[in-house]
Amino acid sequence: MSAGVGEVSAARFEVGQNVRVKDARPERVARLHLRTPHYVRGRMGTIQRALGTFPNPEDIAFNRPAQPRVLYHVLFDQPPVWNEGQAGDTLLIELFEHWLEEA
Amino acid sequence: MDTPQPTPAQHDLGGNPRFRCTPVEPDADAPPDAFGKRVDALRTVLRDKGLLTTDEQRLNIESLPEDEYFDLTYYEKWLRAIAAVMLAKGVVTWEDLQ
Repeated sequence: MSAGVGEVSAARFEVGQNVRVKDARPERVARLHLRTPHYVRGRMGTIQRALGTFPNPEDIAFNRPAQPRVLYHVLFDQPPVWNEGQAGDTLLIELFEHWLEEA
Repeated sequence: MDTPQPTPAQHDLGGNPRFRCTPVEPDADAPPDAFGKRVDALRTVLRDKGLLTTDEQRLNIESLPEDEYFDLTYYEKWLRAIAAVMLAKGVVTWEDLQ
């Protein structure tokens, strides 16, 4: 079910690549288990590191066979996220690959 | 996109003005009391038997109504979530929990 924790050979995105978080709100359609914070959806970020491959928690939460997904550290400029902070402030978040698209 | 959208789930709090600039609870990292240890033991047994995953537990914690989510203690929320998963799977019945 799960690849090795450090396994990232199948990673779709490279370090330094700009990505956009999908601007999706599927929890409005059904009760889901989403690990992507609402405040970064639709925002542009930069891939910092591929952390490994893990069973998708969106499946585990419902006791379904969980697909392996690559997890990344994605870096965002913080000031636009909450309209606060200073230039240069950043926000680092763990996000799964299926929530990201090329920017 | 510069205004945060309405919070879609109880736990997804980032940017919610209600929680800005509030003191951090210093007891949050305190070791569990006897009740907490029993809940943790229960969770471990159920996990080892393949009846409960961390994400099933989290989903049910995050699905608690707002008043319960913010009023219950940490391990009370765990127990509520464990009970919800066990009820849904038929491991226990609601009559068992009366």
